[in-house]
Amino acid sequence: MNKKLVVSLSPHTYGKDSVTRIMYDVLIALVPAFLVSIYMFGFGALRVTLIAIFSSVLFEYLIQKFMLKVKPTINDGSAIITGLLLAFNVPSNLPWWMIIVGSFVAIGIAKMSFGGLGNNPFNPALVGRVFLFVSFPVAMTSWPVPIVTRFKLIDAVTSATPLSIVKEGLKNNIAASELASKLPSYADLFFGNLGGCIGEVSALALLLGGIYLIYRKVISWHIPVAMIGAVALFSGILWGLNPEKYMDPMFQILTGGVFLGAIFMATDMVTSPMTPKGMIIFGILIGLITVVIRVFGAYPEGVSFAILIMNAFVPLIDKFCKPQKYGVVKVKNG
Amino acid sequence: MSVYKNLKTFPVGGIHPEDHKLSAAKAIEFLKIPDIISIPVSQHLGAPAKPIVQINDRVKVGQVIAESGGYVSTNIHASASGIVSKIDNVMDASGYKRLAITIKVEGDDWFEGIELSPDIKKEIILSKEEIIAKLQKDGIVGLGGATFPIHVKLTPPKGKIADILLINGVECEPFLTSDHRLMIEKGEEILIGTQIIMQALGVSESLVGIESNKPDAIEHLSKLAKNYNGICIVPLKVQYPQGAEKQLIEALTSRQVPIGGLPIDVGVVVQNVGTAFAVYESIQKNKPLVERVVTVTGKNVQNPSNFLVRFGVPISNLIEAAGGLPNETGKIISGGPMMGKALNTPDVPVTKGTSGILLISEAESKRGEVLNCIRCAKCVGHCPLGLEPYLLMSLVEKGFYDQAQQEQILNCCECGSCAFTCPADRPLLDYIRLGKSIINQRLREKSPK
Repeated sequence: MNKKLVVSLSPHTYGKDSVTRIMYDVLIALVPAFLVSIYMFGFGALRVTLIAIFSSVLFEYLIQKFMLKVKPTINDGSAIITGLLLAFNVPSNLPWWMIIVGSFVAIGIAKMSFGGLGNNPFNPALVGRVFLFVSFPVAMTSWPVPIVTRFKLIDAVTSATPLSIVKEGLKNNIAASELASKLPSYADLFFGNLGGCIGEVSALALLLGGIYLIYRKVISWHIPVAMIGAVALFSGILWGLNPEKYMDPMFQILTGGVFLGAIFMATDMVTSPMTPKGMIIFGILIGLITVVIRVFGAYPEGVSFAILIMNAFVPLIDKFCKPQKYGVVKVKNG
Repeated sequence: MSVYKNLKTFPVGGIHPEDHKLSAAKAIEFLKIPDIISIPVSQHLGAPAKPIVQINDRVKVGQVIAESGGYVSTNIHASASGIVSKIDNVMDASGYKRLAITIKVEGDDWFEGIELSPDIKKEIILSKEEIIAKLQKDGIVGLGGATFPIHVKLTPPKGKIADILLINGVECEPFLTSDHRLMIEKGEEILIGTQIIMQALGVSESLVGIESNKPDAIEHLSKLAKNYNGICIVPLKVQYPQGAEKQLIEALTSRQVPIGGLPIDVGVVVQNVGTAFAVYESIQKNKPLVERVVTVTGKNVQNPSNFLVRFGVPISNLIEAAGGLPNETGKIISGGPMMGKALNTPDVPVTKGTSGILLISEAESKRGEVLNCIRCAKCVGHCPLGLEPYLLMSLVEKGFYDQAQQEQILNCCECGSCAFTCPADRPLLDYIRLGKSIINQRLREKSPK
C-alpha cells in the first residue's frame, strides 16, 4: 500500500446538482421566450440580446480579472443569464450603447460590487433595467410594433404598450370599458402579439419555461403562483369596486412583466427567500406593490420596482420564516 | 418501482442518493481468520474496557479479555483462540493509536458453554434483569454504527417508560447490504432477538422498519412475524436518512424526540437488526459478540461481498477477499458513502461498529471546487431536522458560535444531506462539525463535572 488515500469527512458522494447546471437550466427555460422575441421583433431582438449577453460576460470577466484579481467565473452561466434577462427587459430598438451601459450597471454595480454571484442583494438584470428606465425614459418606452402586427398597420413604427394606453386613458378620464376596444385581445396578450420589452410579451412562452424550471426543481411554484395570484387578487378587488376605473385582473396579469418577473426575476435564488413560507409572502407582496404602482403610481408598469423593493426585504423575511425545527414542537409522550 | 403503496417515511427533508446495493444477492460468507489479529479495547461508546489478560496468556474464542470500564462500557472478548502476543497501541479506524490486544491465532477453540449449532431456540427462559445483565456481560452494543452499549438503552432512567420497540432494518446507506443479508438469512433469529429485547423492556409492541428497496427481506420477515406476538414488519419509503434514529421514530410512530432529548423521552427504544441478532446469540446461545457481518463493496470492487468477520481482522484482509484493492482506489471508507469515515490506511481492525467497507475511485474521491453560496435553499429544504445549513456554516466561519447554538447546530445529526445537495460544493457539514465541536468544548468548560 504505497498509494496516498484521500481522507475527508463524510459525505463521500454527492448529488448531480451544480451551479452551472442550474444556470444552464434557466437559459434553456428562456429559449421559448427568446424565439418568440425573434419572431415578434426580428433582427432587433437578436441584436439587443447578443449585445447584452456579450457585454455582461465581458464586464464580469474584466472586473474579476483586473479589478478584483480573482479567477473569472464566466463559465458558470450566471452572467449570460443576467445579459439575457436584461435584454428581455428592454425594447428591441434600444441604442447599442445604452444596452452596454445597462450591462455595466447590472454586472459591475449590482453584482460585482457586492462580491459576485450569490452575494448581490438585488437582481442585477433588474437593477440594470431600472437604471436605464430612469436614465433614458424615452428610449426605454418607445416600443417597436411587433412584425406580425406591422403587416396590418404599415405606417406605424412604434406603439404604446397596453399598460401605457391604459395609464394615459384612465388619466384622461376615459372609462376602462372604452379603453378595452383599443387594446389587444387576451389571446394576443397570451401569445405575445403586442408591443413591449422583447422578452415579456408572450405569457405562453414564459409559462413553458416556468414549467421546465419547476420540473427541473430549479424553482418552486411558490413565488410565481403567489405573485401572479396576488396581482390577480388585488387588481380584482379594485376592478370589483369600480370596473370603469380599473382594469380587470386578467388584463393585469397578462400585461407588462408579470409573467417574466414572476417566473424568472422574482425567483432568482440569490435574491429571494429560502423557505416556501417566505417565498409566498415575498410573492404576495411583489404582487401587491405591482398593482399599487400600476394603479396609483406615476409609472404604467411596476413589476421591476416591486421585485427590487422586495429584494431588500429578503433578509428580514428569511429571519422570520425559518423552517420548523425538528424537536421544538410539543411532543406527544407515549 | 415499488409494489407498496402509501409507504411511511419521515415528513421533512431527506434525499435520494443513487442506490448501489451491489452485494445484495451475495450470501454471507465466513472470512478466514488471519494469523494475527488485534482487538481494540474500545469498540463502543463510553469508557474503554480494561485488559485482564497478560502477554503469553492462552485465550479461547469468547473469553473475556478486557472488562467493562464503567457503566457505559462493555466487555471485550477474544474473537480468535491463540496466544496474547502484544498489549499495545495500534492504529484503529479513528486514525488514532489506541490500546488493543493482539492475539497470535492458533485454531478456532471456543470458550466452554457457547453453543455453535445453528438450531433455533425459541423459548426465552431468562428474566428481564438476567437478560440485561447477560447482554452487558456479552459485550452487546448497537451494531447500526453508534455502538452504544445495549444494557444502558434497556435500562431507562427513572420515570421514563418505553412503550414501543423499533427495530431498524432500514439500511438507508447506499452500497451497504449487511443488514439486508442478515434479515434474509437470519430472520427467525432476529425476531426471537426482538422478543428478548421486548421482554427486557417490558413492551408488548415492536415495529420492524425496512425500506421498500428490500422487498425480499420484507416478505421473508413478514411471513415469519406471523408467529410472533406483537411484532409488525413495516415497509418504508426509500428516503435517506431514514436509518437515523430520530427519522425512523418519526416515520414509524409520528413522535418527535425533543431537542436535547432521547428516544426514551417519547417512549421509544430503537435497536438495529444486527443487534437483535446479537441479542439472540447472547441469550439463547450464550455467545458473546465476537463477530459481525461486514459489506465490502464499491463500483470497482471485483467481487462485492458480505462477510462474517471476527473483530480484530485487518480491513485489508476483507478487501483482499473481495478481489483486492482496485488500482484506481482513492478513498477507503469504513461505513457507507453518506456517513462513513475515510481511512488513511486499510491496516486497521474491524470492530463492532464496522458495518461496511467501501472503496471509492480516485475520480470520485475529489471534491468539486467550492463556489459562492447562491442561496438555492436546497440545504434548507433537504435538512431532515429543519436546520439551515448554509446559515450554520457562515456563522461558524465568522466565529458566531452563540448564534450557531441558538440556531440548534447541536441538533444536527451529520447525515450529510446538505452537503450532498449543495450545487456550489460547499463544505457545509465540515463547518457544522467544526462548530459543534467548538460549542461542545465550550459547554464542557462551562459546566465543571
